[in-house]
Amino acid sequence: MSSADLTSERDLPPERETSVRGDIAPERDGPRDTGMDDASLHRWLARTWRTPPGIIGALSSVDHKVIARRYLITAFLFLCLGGLNAVAMRIQLSGPQRGLIGPDLYNQLFTMHGVTMMFLFAVPIVQATGIYLVPLMVGTRNIAFPRLNAFSYWVYLSGGLFAWVSFALAMAPDVGWFAYVPLSGPEYGPGKRADVWAQMITYTEVSSLAVAVATIVTVFKQRAPGMSLDKIPLYVWALLVTSFLVVFAMPAVMITSTFLILDRLVGTHIFNPAEGGDALLFQHLFWFFGHPEVYIIFLPATGMVSAIIPVFARRPAFGHLGLVLSLIAVGFLSFGLWVHHMFATGLPKLGASFFTASSMLIAIPNGVQIFCWLATLWDGRPVIRTPLLFVFGFFFTFVIGGLTGVMLASVPLDLQVHDTYFVVAHFHYVLIGGSVFPLLAAAYFWFPKITGRMMSERLGRWHFWLAMIGFNAAFFPMHIVGLWGMPRRVYTYPAELGWGNINLFISAGAVLFFLSFVLFAFNLVHGALRGTPAGDNPWDAGTLEWATSSPPPGYNFARIPIVTNVEPLWAERGALPVATGLRVDVRELLVSTVAEAHPDIREKSATPSIWPLLAAIAVGATFLYSIFTPWAIIWGAAPIAVTLVGWFWPKADPEDEE
Amino acid sequence: MNQRPALDLTGLPTFGHGPRSPTWWGTLGFMALEGMGFALAAGAYLYLVTLWPNWRLSAPQPNHWPGTIVTLLLIASLVPNHILNGYAKRCAMRSVRIGMVVMSLLGLAPLVVRWFEFPALNIYWDTNAYGSMLWVLLGLHTTHLITDVGDTIVLTVLMFTHHGYSGRRFGDVGDNVFYWDFVVLTWIPIYLLIYWLPRLG
Ligand code: HEM
Ligand SMILES: [Cu+2]
Repeated sequence: MSSADLTSERDLPPERETSVRGDIAPERDGPRDTGMDDASLHRWLARTWRTPPGIIGALSSVDHKVIARRYLITAFLFLCLGGLNAVAMRIQLSGPQRGLIGPDLYNQLFTMHGVTMMFLFAVPIVQATGIYLVPLMVGTRNIAFPRLNAFSYWVYLSGGLFAWVSFALAMAPDVGWFAYVPLSGPEYGPGKRADVWAQMITYTEVSSLAVAVATIVTVFKQRAPGMSLDKIPLYVWALLVTSFLVVFAMPAVMITSTFLILDRLVGTHIFNPAEGGDALLFQHLFWFFGHPEVYIIFLPATGMVSAIIPVFARRPAFGHLGLVLSLIAVGFLSFGLWVHHMFATGLPKLGASFFTASSMLIAIPNGVQIFCWLATLWDGRPVIRTPLLFVFGFFFTFVIGGLTGVMLASVPLDLQVHDTYFVVAHFHYVLIGGSVFPLLAAAYFWFPKITGRMMSERLGRWHFWLAMIGFNAAFFPMHIVGLWGMPRRVYTYPAELGWGNINLFISAGAVLFFLSFVLFAFNLVHGALRGTPAGDNPWDAGTLEWATSSPPPGYNFARIPIVTNVEPLWAERGALPVATGLRVDVRELLVSTVAEAHPDIREKSATPSIWPLLAAIAVGATFLYSIFTPWAIIWGAAPIAVTLVGWFWPKADPEDEE
Repeated sequence: MNQRPALDLTGLPTFGHGPRSPTWWGTLGFMALEGMGFALAAGAYLYLVTLWPNWRLSAPQPNHWPGTIVTLLLIASLVPNHILNGYAKRCAMRSVRIGMVVMSLLGLAPLVVRWFEFPALNIYWDTNAYGSMLWVLLGLHTTHLITDVGDTIVLTVLMFTHHGYSGRRFGDVGDNVFYWDFVVLTWIPIYLLIYWLPRLG
């Protein structure tokens, strides 16, 4: 399709239909980018799109890149905290009957570890990567609903702090990351610990949901001209499907945590079998979320792999359509599977075999993805750099995790190893193989786009081998102790069982694995300060994020690129076609049609505002207070309403509003 | 990277109604996730119903009259709501202002009746799980009602200021209409679950 006829078939309605009686102010016009020379264009856009100076300015920022950077750093810090928890647990378990950590602290440690890894690290970091990359990859100037995006970060931060402060005060949840009732219910979970779990969950879900909606709308409505559905990059597809999973799965965990806090705080009986409630209801609701959650973490990782492999294989991804369809299929299937987490609860037989079958079905689209990746590599001329190494690490680890997953999907085996270290081994292979290794690949790959500098390749290789060896040394033997019968969530074990040596080995592996992250952190800091300057497109990649400078300016693209191919930068080696005609004195961005991405509207994007932060503070304070009294909701409603009105209310100049 | 201008966006409008506008899609997204929450809460209720042959757990029947009045008010409000949508599409300021005032009042009215709905359930939330679920379902919907009415009132005030004279604001009115439809439609199944399901058992 030639870019010139992108708008030709459109029947644009007259611009201002009914201003005859002056019902809307006539549009004021301003300078446009058409025909403007590059230097003055840059000056205009830089001023219009900058984040205001000073502390208040920084706190008001609505630039998706600024917010994504904060998100990424915060999530990485939570990873380190969760990792420290893990190391502490492993030191305690490194020999029989060690007296370092008692049962009470141990319970808090594994709960905080699981909660931190799942809710404060894994989901936020994949969403944060999306917040950074999706707008750049679809060729727009900011994410949809930038203030909502800022709000979601502040909510996430306050939720994480809330959990960790409670840990410092020895008030952390101690009921496991999925906090089953009746253990977490009013009867067996006195104090405020399970309430902390419940409210923290609600916080992080609020933030994930907001990001998911913003991501969906960005992909639907803000794609560059010409980026029809078949030209959307695979990573963007992955984030789109993930966002749908968030929208349909996360409400389940919000309902679970809300029911739990109601039972605890105001005496409802939803999970109380003695008064007509049901404890298993908790598990159904929780795993209706919990299983898709695994794919919420995993699908973006496959999107990263699909973005990285073609670049290093030096050819477009094999089977683009197949990859897209697999993503969508996994998204759908992931909702049918929650019951396989509940085989040990005595469900009817037929139900169990149905869920076994569908657990195995999901292996098909996953297999298709792996086949397409291998075919891409096979047919290309792979250049092995650190990102690709981590992709190989992902293949290896994830396949092992997948195999033990198929084993667990069979009911007899599941009953045998239920709640042993076999399960701990399995899900770390899946989670770390399926998500952490791709994330590390992505970190090396996109680091130059974020900082403008390269990370050290030599340190990267060291990091990779240290991580692979440490990881497998820590987690492979867990399968074995699991089969021997070592239960999970125990703070120690007697010497007679003979589990001492292997546990020592596991712990040494865990420390090694942790150290690999210390090396990574060093490489990050070193790269950001001293790395060699990267240039716009250091890997010679083909997607739009590499069409702008590294790091990108506040406005992302001086002129909106036009897309003619899945890898526009490979297809248009000479000169990238661009669209002109947007205003440069206000934050104008292009809104396009959903399927074809035809240009449709020029719309203003939100200006910086402190209100999202204030709203998040009001929401956070309300939640915090609500673990003590239900009246908090009543008292909190007023400040929340005030901040929301402040956020919504336009500034003095109607041209300048959200 | 070198560039070549190939497309001119100058003539595009600066706002659009309905699915043309990103805000409409955002509203739809929130309706999807809130709808999912409603569906799951209703599912949890039905799940408990199937567990207990004598659902209602020997509690008295709820009095359905306040709930029925709310239902009628909500359904009636759909008519002016859609008339308002037409005004918003045509950016007709005077009519939109009237419509917004009407819709604010029609939002407050069911809230007043809602106040009497809670005691009419004839059971407290902490009596048993049946009572808990009734209060949860009604509470969930009431929260949506309150937030949407609050939103409508703020937007009404806004439309009486000079900020109202902008295409974007008329788009906001359209989205407000859209969201109100959602609040009304989600009520119908909840109404049936709260008042008519317990009568079956
Ligand atoms: C340094 C790396 C890590 C080590 C050494 C480690 C170690 C452990 C150990 C020993 C347990 C079991 C505790 C017990 O049952 O007594 C555990 C549980 C868990 N881990 Fe990890 N882990 C690591 C990284 C991760 C990561 C990256 C994730 C997720 C992305 C994760 C998610 C979980 C979850 C969800 C649990 C279950 C917690 C619970 O039972 O409530 N872990 N981890
Ligand atoms: Cu699962």
